[in-house]
Amino acid sequence: MVAPFYQDLGTPARQSATDVTLEIDGVSVTVPAGTSVMRAASLAEIPVPKLCATDSLEAFGSCRLCLVEIDGRRGTPASCTTPVEPGMKVHTQTDKLAKLRKGVMELYISDHPLDCLTCSANGDCELQDMAGAVGLRNVRYGYDGENHTHLEKDESNPYFTFEASKCIVCSRCVRACEEQQGTFALTIGSRGFQSHVSAGVEENFLESECVSCGACVNACPTATLNEKTIIEAGQPNREVLTTCAYCGVGCSFKAELQGDKVVRMTPWKDGKANHGHSCVKGRFAWGYATHKERITKPMIRAKITDPWQEVSWEVAINHAASEFKRIQAKYGRGSVGGITSSRCTNEETYLVQKLIRAAFGNNNTDTCARVCHSPTGYGLKTTFGTSAGTQDFDSVHEADLIMVIGANPTDAHPVFASAMKHRLREGAQLIVVDPRRIDLVRTPHVEAQHHLQLMPGTNVAVINAIAHVIATEGLLADQYIAERCEEADFKLWLDFIKKPENSPEATEAMSRVPAAELRAAARLYAGAKNAAIYYGLGVTEHSQGTTTVMAMANLAMATGNIGRRGVGINPLRGQNNVQGACDMGSFPHELPGYRHVSDDITRKLFEDAWGVTLDPEPGLRIPNMFDAAIDGTFKGIYVEGEDIVQSDPNTIHVQAAMAAMECVVVQDLFLNETASYAHVFLPGSSFLEKDGTFTNAERRISRVRKATPPVNGLADWEITMALSNALGYPMTYTHPSEIMDEIARLTPGFKGVSYALLDGLGSVQWPCNDAAPLGTPTMHIGGFVRGKGKFMITEYVPTEERTGARFPLLLTTGRILSQYNVGAQSRRTHNSMWHDEDVLEIHPFDAENRGIRDGDRISLNSRVGEITLPAKISDRMQPGVVYTTFHHPETGANVVTTDFSDWATNCPEYKVTAVEVRQTNQYSDWQANNDDFRVQTKRIATAAE
Amino acid sequence: MDDSKRLVTMANQIAAFFKPYAEEDAIKGTYDHLIQFWDPRMRVKMIAHVEAGGDGLSPIALAAAKLLKKPASAA
Repeated sequence: MVAPFYQDLGTPARQSATDVTLEIDGVSVTVPAGTSVMRAASLAEIPVPKLCATDSLEAFGSCRLCLVEIDGRRGTPASCTTPVEPGMKVHTQTDKLAKLRKGVMELYISDHPLDCLTCSANGDCELQDMAGAVGLRNVRYGYDGENHTHLEKDESNPYFTFEASKCIVCSRCVRACEEQQGTFALTIGSRGFQSHVSAGVEENFLESECVSCGACVNACPTATLNEKTIIEAGQPNREVLTTCAYCGVGCSFKAELQGDKVVRMTPWKDGKANHGHSCVKGRFAWGYATHKERITKPMIRAKITDPWQEVSWEVAINHAASEFKRIQAKYGRGSVGGITSSRCTNEETYLVQKLIRAAFGNNNTDTCARVCHSPTGYGLKTTFGTSAGTQDFDSVHEADLIMVIGANPTDAHPVFASAMKHRLREGAQLIVVDPRRIDLVRTPHVEAQHHLQLMPGTNVAVINAIAHVIATEGLLADQYIAERCEEADFKLWLDFIKKPENSPEATEAMSRVPAAELRAAARLYAGAKNAAIYYGLGVTEHSQGTTTVMAMANLAMATGNIGRRGVGINPLRGQNNVQGACDMGSFPHELPGYRHVSDDITRKLFEDAWGVTLDPEPGLRIPNMFDAAIDGTFKGIYVEGEDIVQSDPNTIHVQAAMAAMECVVVQDLFLNETASYAHVFLPGSSFLEKDGTFTNAERRISRVRKATPPVNGLADWEITMALSNALGYPMTYTHPSEIMDEIARLTPGFKGVSYALLDGLGSVQWPCNDAAPLGTPTMHIGGFVRGKGKFMITEYVPTEERTGARFPLLLTTGRILSQYNVGAQSRRTHNSMWHDEDVLEIHPFDAENRGIRDGDRISLNSRVGEITLPAKISDRMQPGVVYTTFHHPETGANVVTTDFSDWATNCPEYKVTAVEVRQTNQYSDWQANNDDFRVQTKRIATAAE
Repeated sequence: MDDSKRLVTMANQIAAFFKPYAEEDAIKGTYDHLIQFWDPRMRVKMIAHVEAGGDGLSPIALAAAKLLKKPASAA
């Protein structure tokens, strides 16, 4: 699908209950009050020349090109900054206006390079368009006067250039950085003729605070800010509307191509998750799809120490199928299973779980949501009745109080963070609950009212303490609770939460959050008209991850903050399709639509549709698979798109489990760390090369559309079908839309979903069915999905991972803006210019005590393993807490993380590991050995070998 | 951590969550969780551990584990 033609209406839309009718060039136009004359004219298909105006930014009124005449008014006001008024008569084309506009254009062009034929923007330049629109034929002033055409080009950013000589100082880039991104990295330096766009304080773009979101590049009307891919390749000649394959925001993009070559990814203005905004990953870091390390041919080998042998698809698929059959015949039906990534489409995920249940005949299917948001599913289903967030992203614009718990949106969900910052700049208040001082705590024009800087592992104690204050200070939403929640459960909870051990004063010793500050934050949350909670893996990846989710749900119910816009419990999902992977029945205990495998009616539904008998027992979760592999009862695994060896905790344990298996089949773009243990490698297809859907963190189902043919020859859903067919369970889909049709037939919340519907609406939020044919932006309006909301008792149980004399520090892990999870995609792009290795952030006190200086190589040691990495002195954490990322396989951050996991879901406790650090000058034993192992196991045999 | 120790840890964690509830409800909550989320081979191991004395299990976890029956489809 090609994005619909988009006309820039000049200024943003206005919402108003009052309409205004006016006349423009004799045409009667009716628009909402507050609309600009420029926009009204555009809506009437009367375009007014403009340069500094664009409908993604507030009007600025600087270019003086959009002048109009209005009956009864003096002068020639700018149409972009003039609001409509009833009965107004506007003239956009008069001799006077034509002369004025031509004069303005003469001035612009007199100080602009005349290299249109060789300019990278040729054909996509608003300055060029306006010169044509006003009929400019000559420049009376000549080109020899003082000008800016000699200015140097800033090519420091890996993705775009800043060519100051072409700048018309319209401020669109500056305003985009402020209004859309909220970073305020750009400004107009100097005055008058010296005015110029400045990144930071006269820095180059790379060294400035610019986060490379691309908003300025989108906004630029000339070639001043231009993508390097466009400079190199020229303008695109076709486009395909699709969805980003990075984080759970799920931004809509236009893939712009020359033939089959992507030359630009442009955020789609009508994308309901991103509204035309993007981040550095989605906008620019897509080059991995054609990276030289991409594997495009199937490969097999007998032992993991053998070099890979390239084979045909038929040989590879048949070999994998025969190995799985052999293993099941020898070790039993439950000895094999499979895992999908949350980067897979809904259709791919659905097919893999179907293959496992129908062709393998067991329920050993899991997804990487296991290791991120599985506690969200359990916690919200228990309390509210649905395993999903309650709002759409746009709901944040109606929040008066935003509480961010264990999430770092500016790094991990940057486009939503920009929307959140926009609301905060409008005056919404902010509470951050995080062990680190994340950027959101203090960023331009945003400052948290409270930063509850708790110790890792004490989330439950802190959320309980907030609830304690609300319950004991008479701040409960009594009427809401009485009407909407289970009475008996509420009374149990109330008795529990009022206990003195839940008071801020009692929990301060363990959480380190000052009681007075926590009390103030609790009052702020309870007193807000609309209070919304946003959270991330800092909540879920704990021994008590599920308990914290329930505690937050309790808090929202106790204050009546569920069931309308501006409120809610909102999980920020790590990967693009975490929600979808869970919806599609990827968990070993649930069929699609969150229905337990032991439910006879549900099982019968799928048995009838699939023509097989299904196992009524839950299967193994990912950590259980590893344990069973070491125990000798789990011998074969099909892994699609997930790098479990790099991403899962206690790497040495995971490596032992993988080495114990007899058949590991990896389907991926690259030979990742898991592929080192594989016997069959099936080359996967990138998101640009296939059709499907992703479901983002707001339950929004969006289309992924094939923009280029798969370089490996097959889309991933076709590979899974081939494997299923070889296993003897036939699959005959001819297009992913047929898979979605099957999902819709079998899953009540998806009943109304089809590719035709998605093409028509652009996207839709589930539930989408007879009751909600256009989807459901806000859940639990008027009542909870489960009937009445269920308060749960959430007692704080400290993790068994404890600090002590040998391991006195607590390690918490996370990710940063430029890299993405295991880095398989982002490391193979220029994003590594910002982050080419993992570092350990350590507080100055802890560093000084150990004689560690910034940049020193240090050993990071836990009870389960040791790695070394450079130190970065930082006061973002309290003393006693250190932080690192897990983006680089050479570092192996998960060598030190432990087996402790969430009580309900086995989601690993990545966020709490007791460690010690010391100076060193060498790699750890694991790192040295693993480096050799990686080289040995990634060898591909040449034809002569 | 060896496999049976891990299962004991996991069962105790589940029991610890349900502990604030009335004892009967806590045992039922723990038992239901084991039935709904543990693969049959994990439950078989837990049954064997209980038969061997149930070392390390908290009272609620032990009571819940004693209710487990060997699944018909245990691998």
